[in-house]
Parts: sequence; C-alpha cells; structure tokens
Amino acid sequence: MLFTSYGFIGFLLAVFVLYYLIPKKMQWPFLLIASYIFYFIADPRYLIFIAITTVTTFYGAKVISDKKVAFDGWFKEHKKEYEKEERKALKAKEHSVEKKIFLACLLFNLGILAVTKYTNFTIANINSLLAAFGRADGISFVDLIIPMGISFYTFQSMGYLIDVYNGKHEAQDNLFKFALFVSFFPQLVQGPISRYHDLSQTLYAEHSFNWKTVSFGLERILWGFFKKLVIADRILVAVQAIIADTDTYNGFYAFAGAMFYALELYADFTGGIDITIGVAETMGIKVTENFIRPYFSKNIKEYWNRWHITMGTWFTDYIFYPISASQFMMKLSKKSRARLGNNLGKRVPVYLSSFIVWFTTGIWHGASWNFIVWGLGNFVVIMISQELEPFYRWFHSKVHVQGTFGWRLFQVVRTVLIMSSLRMFDCYRDVPLTFKMFGSIFSQSSLSQLNAEAFIGMGLTGFDYLVVFIGMLILVTVSLIQRSGCVREKIYGLAAPVRFIIWYGLFMATLVFGAYGIGYSASQFIYNQF
Amino acid sequence: MKKFIAIILSLVIALTGIFLASKLLEPKYMSGILEGAMIQEYYDDPTDHNVVFIGDCELYENISPVYLWENYGINSYIRGSAQQLIWQSYYLAEETVKMEHPDVIVFNVLSMKYNEPQNEAYNRMTLDGMKWSSSKVNSINASMTDEENFIEYVFPILRYHSRWSDLSADDFKYMFHRDKVSFNGYYMRVDVKAAEDVPEGRPLADYQFGDNSYYYLDKLTKLCKDNDVKLVLVKAPTLYPYWYDEWDQQIKDYASANGLDYINFLELQDELGLDWSQDTYDGGLHLNLAGAEKLSDYVGNMLTTEYGIPDRRDESALNEYWDKVIERYNAEIDRQTTNLKLYGTVHGPEEQ
Repeated sequence: MLFTSYGFIGFLLAVFVLYYLIPKKMQWPFLLIASYIFYFIADPRYLIFIAITTVTTFYGAKVISDKKVAFDGWFKEHKKEYEKEERKALKAKEHSVEKKIFLACLLFNLGILAVTKYTNFTIANINSLLAAFGRADGISFVDLIIPMGISFYTFQSMGYLIDVYNGKHEAQDNLFKFALFVSFFPQLVQGPISRYHDLSQTLYAEHSFNWKTVSFGLERILWGFFKKLVIADRILVAVQAIIADTDTYNGFYAFAGAMFYALELYADFTGGIDITIGVAETMGIKVTENFIRPYFSKNIKEYWNRWHITMGTWFTDYIFYPISASQFMMKLSKKSRARLGNNLGKRVPVYLSSFIVWFTTGIWHGASWNFIVWGLGNFVVIMISQELEPFYRWFHSKVHVQGTFGWRLFQVVRTVLIMSSLRMFDCYRDVPLTFKMFGSIFSQSSLSQLNAEAFIGMGLTGFDYLVVFIGMLILVTVSLIQRSGCVREKIYGLAAPVRFIIWYGLFMATLVFGAYGIGYSASQFIYNQF
Repeated sequence: MKKFIAIILSLVIALTGIFLASKLLEPKYMSGILEGAMIQEYYDDPTDHNVVFIGDCELYENISPVYLWENYGINSYIRGSAQQLIWQSYYLAEETVKMEHPDVIVFNVLSMKYNEPQNEAYNRMTLDGMKWSSSKVNSINASMTDEENFIEYVFPILRYHSRWSDLSADDFKYMFHRDKVSFNGYYMRVDVKAAEDVPEGRPLADYQFGDNSYYYLDKLTKLCKDNDVKLVLVKAPTLYPYWYDEWDQQIKDYASANGLDYINFLELQDELGLDWSQDTYDGGLHLNLAGAEKLSDYVGNMLTTEYGIPDRRDESALNEYWDKVIERYNAEIDRQTTNLKLYGTVHGPEEQ
C-alpha cells in the first residue's frame, strides 16, 4: 500500500477514527493490529519474516536483560564473598553467556536480511568471477521474496538488541508491545530507524484527542504529500528520461539529471518521512526527525549529520564506535603508530572503521555495486576533506572570507554538487556507465545543449517545469523560515483566515498540481526499496 | 459559537473551492470529441420515448431520431456513446426503464465482442454523463480497468486535476452548462469519404463471445421482458469493424433461443439503398447524414409496421420539443455544409 494511494488514505482514516473511539488502553494493541493488517495487505508472506525477527529479538533481548538483572542483583549481594580476580571471572563468565545469546540473535536476524537481500547479488558476483576464469556455467539465481522494509525493521530491532545487551535499557516485557515497536506501520516501509528509548515514550501511552496535535500532524502529512506529488513525482519523468537515453542525454544533460535527481530524492524521501511523522503525530506519537535541512550543509560531514539522521547515527553508534573500540583496532592502532608515526598511524584505525561503515552503508542501500561505490565515494570525499583541513586553515589565514555570506554559499553549493555527483550512482545502470556519464559532464557539455526543446523532450512541459520550480522555491522558503523555529508553530500564531489560506492553498496545490492518478505511474517512494 | 461559525464557513469555502476547481477541470467535450457530452443530454429531454436505441457509434452515428420524427412521428432517443460496452448498455437500459417506459429498446450487438473492460477514456465518456444512481455505480464497477479507482468517479477532480495545463476558454465558458452536441443522441456528419478497399476481417483464434458479454445480454433480455419492453437486436450496416459470420450466427442463435428479433443490416444493404461511395464520411466505419437517413427510413418503417410504434406528430408538447431539435438539426446541416464548401471540412476554423 503506497503512502500516496487512495487505499492508504482510506486505511489511515479508518485507523485514525477508531484510534480515538476505542478505550485508550486499547490504543497500542489496536495500532499493532493495524500495523499487521498494513503489512498483510502488502504481502501476507512478509508477516512470517517480521514475526520471526520480532520473536527472536524479543526473547533474545529478554533473556539477556533478565540474566543481567538477576546477575546484578546476585552480584550485589554476594560480591563481598569473592576476591577481586574471582569477581572479574564471574562477570566475564556471565558476560560470555550473554554475548553468545546476543551474537546468535544478531547474526540470525542479520542473516535473514543478508540472505533475502544479497543472495542473488552474491551469486551474480560469483558468476562474474567464474566467467572471468572461463566458466560459463554459473550458479542459478534464486527466487526470494524481499519483505517490505526489512532493512529498516531489522536495523531497528538490532539497535534495540544492542542497547539491551549494552545495558542501555532493560528489555520490553511484553511481546506485543515489542511487536508494535518493530512493525509500527507509518515507519515500517522507509523509516526513520527509531530507537526504542525514544519511540517507546509515546508509542504505548494513552492519547486523548488533541486538536492542535492532530492538526499539526495533518499539516505535516499534507506537506509530505506536496513534496512527494507536486515536486518529486513530477521531476521524476525528466530524471527517468535522462537516465534511459544516455546517448542523447550526456554532458550538460547528465549534470541536469543529477541536479533533478537530487531534488527528486530530497522531496521524495523527506516527503515520505513527513507523512510518517505526521501520521504518528495525529495519534500523539512522536517519531524521531530524520532530516535537518541537509542541502544547507557546508560540508559532507555536516550533510550526513542532517540527512537520514537515524540511519547515520545507527551506523555510527552500532558499527563505527564498536569497531573503533574493538581489541583488533586497538592493536592495529598501536602497530600503525609504531610503524607510521603518531600522526599518520592514529588515522589508520579511524579510516579503516570509516571504510567499513561506508561500505556497509552502501550495501544497506541496495544489493548492487553502484551503492557500494556510492558508499565508498562518500568515504573518499570525507577522508579527503579531513586531510585537507590543514590546507583550509592555511587558506583562511591568508584569505579572510570565512564567515561571509559568499563563502557560506560557496560551501553549500559545493556540498550539493558533490552529493549530487555521488548520487549519480543511484541513477545509472552500472558503475562504469555512471563514471562515463559523470565524465561526460566535463567532456561533452556544450552550449547547444542549453535549449528548451531538449528539456521538453524529456516528457515534461514548460508548465511542469514551472510547477517544479515554484515548488522548489516554496521548499527553500520553508527551509529558510525553519531555521528560526517550527514553521507550523509560526503559522499557528497567525490569524485564522491567514492560516486557512496557507493550508487550504497547499491542499489545493497538491490536489491540482500533484502528479498522481491516471497518466502518472504510481511511483513508489525511493527509500521503500531499501 | 464564533469558532463554530468559523469552522462551518471554512468548510463551505473549502468545499466550494474544490467544487469549482472540479467543474473547471472536468472535460467539457464541446468541441473536438463531442461524444463525451452525449450521455448527459438525455436527461434534458422531458418527453417519454417510444423507442430508445442503446449502444455504440454504430447507433449514434447511423440513425437519426429527427428523421424518425419528421417522417414517422416516432419519438425516440439514442443513448449512445463511443465504444459503449455491453454492461454499460445494460445499465443505461436499466436506468432508462426506471425513468420511462419505452415500447422498444434497440441494442446494437457489436459490443458483444468485448468481454472485459477496455479503455478508461471511453469509460469516462459513457459514465461521467450518467446521473448518480445504483445503475451508474454498478456500471462503473463493471467497467473499471485496473488503473481506475471508483473514488475518481465520485470526485472527478482526482481524475482530471492534470488538465490544469490544458485549460481553454471552453473550460470556463462551460463550467456550469453545456451546449447540445447531439440531436436526440444522433451525432451528425454531412461530409463524404467513400469506402474503398475495406479490409476483410482477419481470422480470429476464437470467435466465441465471452461469458461476461452473454451474462449482460441475458440481463438485458430479462430486464426488457420484466418491464414489458420489446428488445430488438441489430447490427448496423457499416463495413468496419468487421462483423464475422461466426459472430452473426451466435446472435441469431441467441435471438432465436430467447424469442428476440435480430436484424443484421449488413445483409439488407440493397434494401437500404446504401451507396458506399456517398453514404459514409469515414470510409465505411460510420454513415454520414445521407446514409443515416436511409437507414432511419428503413428503421422507421420497420418500427411502425412491425412494432406498431405510434405516430405522435399530433401531440403539441412533442411538436414543440421537436421543433427546437429540428431547428438545431437544420442549422447544423447548414453549418457543416458551409464549412465543407469554404474549408473542405465540416469543422470550422475555430474547431481546428
């Protein structure tokens, strides 16, 4: 059920009305039922996968948590009976058991993700290798279903498991409450990847109907629909045309395609997250923000702190830090410092950890070399940026532009250009073609390509481009206003007729200028596929 | 209280805005493709019809109710639309017998060849013009292709919103009213394009009409029997789309088994006096005015003599109604004839 389908809107309406009609203590069980119905409608077979992850993670975490609590209680009472070394051994023994359970649960669930998502990718690579060695008879591909949102709910569940294992919080006692945390339908298909301690604050609470909360939620949903239908799905036509015909659309067109895609992806993904957060908000549930105006970032590092925040922090907290702090890295750090000197040697473990994080980030986005190279591209850019720090410092000591509007603008534009270039890996069929098209921007761009007819030939009319342009202006304006606080709060403070004009205008703009219905292919949210 | 009034006022403004936008954006069919405006014209005719023709272009382009009135005094209407599918014809018939009691319903059988929903644009031209009723709801449900949604029929703005970039002066002019485009359902063309080299039908893998088609033909037959309306099956005399002998035999068998009359006008071309070099405007697909009046003459005679349809030219109310239709009819003949002389086409410069 696409967020932009009539079915979803009808489903949402029914859930919303019933949510506030039923007794409050039934609200969270009702949401669980609704979430499972939502998932069942997508494909009944998906339920098996999400149920397995839910049950194994719940019991795995519960056993770990119970053992921790029991041991801590016992240890508190009896620690005086043991010597220091004995206490250490007892702790290590206890920890070892927990670790085994933790690793079994973690590997089992990541295994499901790996098998469903990456089996055919692995087979394709093995076949390529075999072909390189002259073996034409490759392994046959397997027909596997990839459950909707598996990357998101697996990461969310594993985040919970790791937090319980690390003693960050105790495990949830109620299997059904945990099941709701894993399957909460608004965020099931494209995130955000919520943390248990954040989402559980409001997910299980009893919520009374509050007009302001509900209207804020509806406003957020409407804003999401505007971004998705008016901007993303309209410019999508041109993006697809550019990608499909690389013989025609190279050079400047490839650049235009990269910029269009940057806009499409932003409007699509943030629009989807707006709908997710808005839906949850109408029911009084607070879902973590996933974006903070990422295209205003001044460098790539900052960009990744503002784009898909929940994914970035997940990788940082659950992959980067554990790897950086692992015994292997400690040893590597020692060795590299000894051999390469303190300055260079200390970077080796950091860079290796970053490399692993970005490789994983890439492959998490999709089972293809495009995504892996895209992830590693980010790694390279961040590393270069860090290595150039001394140069920047020298430059700013000589040229006093830091802090000026022009310099900030340059930084923002530079970040957008770099990120858009990297995003080209999302678009083209394979890595060599992506490099070729990127190269064509410099080798094949010409002034003759700057003609309106060519852009009309991409399937959009002049009016379509005008709608996208105005939509983009609205996006930028809202983002600028957002810097000084919540836009909805600001609008809430305006006179009622002005509020009405703003929200009704946005509604009518979406209704009329949205690219939906017959004549437009129902476009999935891009991040649904991850 | 003040808040309550504000909410009501906001709702009224919001709904009015959506209504106006919807009215502006829905297609008007006032030039170019006129067929989309024909179904709803039926509701403006206040008279009770003795004969109602229901079917596709093989009826609404080939029979002239004006001719039937002028020459036989038959009060008739064509509830026709482009590529009207048999379930759409059935639900139009169902709606018709709820609204009036015709003596005869004439149904053109070409649509038996379609067993499944076909085309959203044609669906719209039939269904949008119908008034809301259970017949319309059922017709929509029976007609929708996979890409369609019922809600888009309820709220046409969801379907037609993308027309914002195609709006013309007509869309503003005809927001709340439409001009008449047909003459009691007849779509007129006076020009001539001779039928030459009409292709033979290609052999088909299966000539059997589908179950769904038969299901609705059965329903139509039952509807007419239950309502004491004589159902007459016809196949128009036009040469293309090709009418296979195997199809013809199935209709003959069905008519015989159900006690219905079936007239295949393709077999009566000599009696009709059709001249394919003069009586068609598009090479044999449809008749022009001359051809339609020839067929209407035959049909009028048949309806009068074989079905006892009365001559009602003595009814003043009907005369008053038909005088206006005839006036428009003659004006349209003049307009198309003049355009033909001046521009070589029936369409004036404003329509091209």
